[in-house]
Amino acid sequence: MCLAYPAKVLRIDGELATVERAGVKRSASLMLLPEAKVGDYVLIHAGFAMQVVDEREVQIRDALVAEMNGAPRTVELAGVS
Amino acid sequence: MNTLIEKLARLAAGKGRLRLMEVCGTHTVAIFRSGIRQVLPANVELVSGPGCPVCVTCDDYIDKAIAYARRDFIIATFGDMLKVPGSRSSLAEAQAAGADVRIVYSPLDALQIAEDNPRRSIIFLAVGFETTAPTQAATVLAARARGIKNLFMLSAQKLVPPALRFLLGDATAKVDGFLLPGHVAVVTGADAFNFLATEFNMPCAVGGFATEEILIALTSILEQIDNGRAEVANDYRTVVTAEGNVAAQKILSQVYTVTDAEWRGMGTIPASGLKMRDEFAAFDIEQVEPLPPCPLSLVPSPLKKACRCGEVLRGLVKPIDCPLFGKACQPLHAVGACMVSVEGVCAAWFKYGGQHFEW
Repeated sequence: MCLAYPAKVLRIDGELATVERAGVKRSASLMLLPEAKVGDYVLIHAGFAMQVVDEREVQIRDALVAEMNGAPRTVELAGVS
Repeated sequence: MNTLIEKLARLAAGKGRLRLMEVCGTHTVAIFRSGIRQVLPANVELVSGPGCPVCVTCDDYIDKAIAYARRDFIIATFGDMLKVPGSRSSLAEAQAAGADVRIVYSPLDALQIAEDNPRRSIIFLAVGFETTAPTQAATVLAARARGIKNLFMLSAQKLVPPALRFLLGDATAKVDGFLLPGHVAVVTGADAFNFLATEFNMPCAVGGFATEEILIALTSILEQIDNGRAEVANDYRTVVTAEGNVAAQKILSQVYTVTDAEWRGMGTIPASGLKMRDEFAAFDIEQVEPLPPCPLSLVPSPLKKACRCGEVLRGLVKPIDCPLFGKACQPLHAVGACMVSVEGVCAAWFKYGGQHFEW
């Protein structure tokens, strides 16, 4: 139940958005995040957009997952002393 | 990542035993899966708190859901509620016996079932913390806007901050810091947890769910302990703000009002649950069709009496301290809720702890 994932807003039709994550498209309600715009990355939980996510963070996360799946290392952890 | 692990070791060195509590089942599982427990300094112990909404749901809620299922309602629920044992049986068993129980991904899917089945009545099992509750409130608003009258909620949502306050009032639960739930804070805002620092002098950090994010949050907590400070560090800034999701908070408080709630193993915690406002009584199944009290006071089976989920949820005992753990109670035939939910503490210990703990 507590699963949440970032997805990109492709289309908005009233309170419903079409969002896409790793090629999978599904609809999500914008009732809880009326300010979301087309092109935003949003955190989806139980079919609702909950928060706008920084696109760069999504890319870093995707790159980390790709590394775990065997891709060459591209992400360095910044800001840690 | 090694830098973070070294930093943790440096900060923990020379200190006594430190007990840090994670208050989110997703954190519990992520910590096990990533192997963080194995790289932590020996004096830092991670304990799991009441962070899984499935696990803290009481037997009698399941009993009620089963009773409604037997009355020819369609029960729509998140999948993780299906196998949770009530006093005597689970929704999965009720389903096997012919009840119409359907798994949905979103409460909006329940709304769709209601639209598709105008002659039937649908009950959505509205459990969850602050992250999930607004989705259920929004669904009620959507149902009202669309004039749907055959969708009802069986509400037992819980609020996290009051539960932490309750835990800190219990002298037996010794905790030196909290790893706070990232997605609850998305809705409540990090500020909702400030009382932990100001009233209880408790070091805290809101953390994300990737391995690095968890390590960064743990480092924040240890830094505070090292400096003798207590604050709520926000280490999940990509989605967590100080004030949270205000639109979600508004929708939640439009439909629901705060009430006392019963938590498994913890008893009644003041102002820690939600009930529907009178204005929405037509969507509250317990007001529309109340159940008679008698059949609910079922006598729990002897196995359930031995279950120590309540103490596990408060961080008082480890799963392996329960006489049932790994024996009578396993994921495939769970006795307690902590073993049923994939994000339950016992299930995580069972799945990931196998080679590392003796039991």
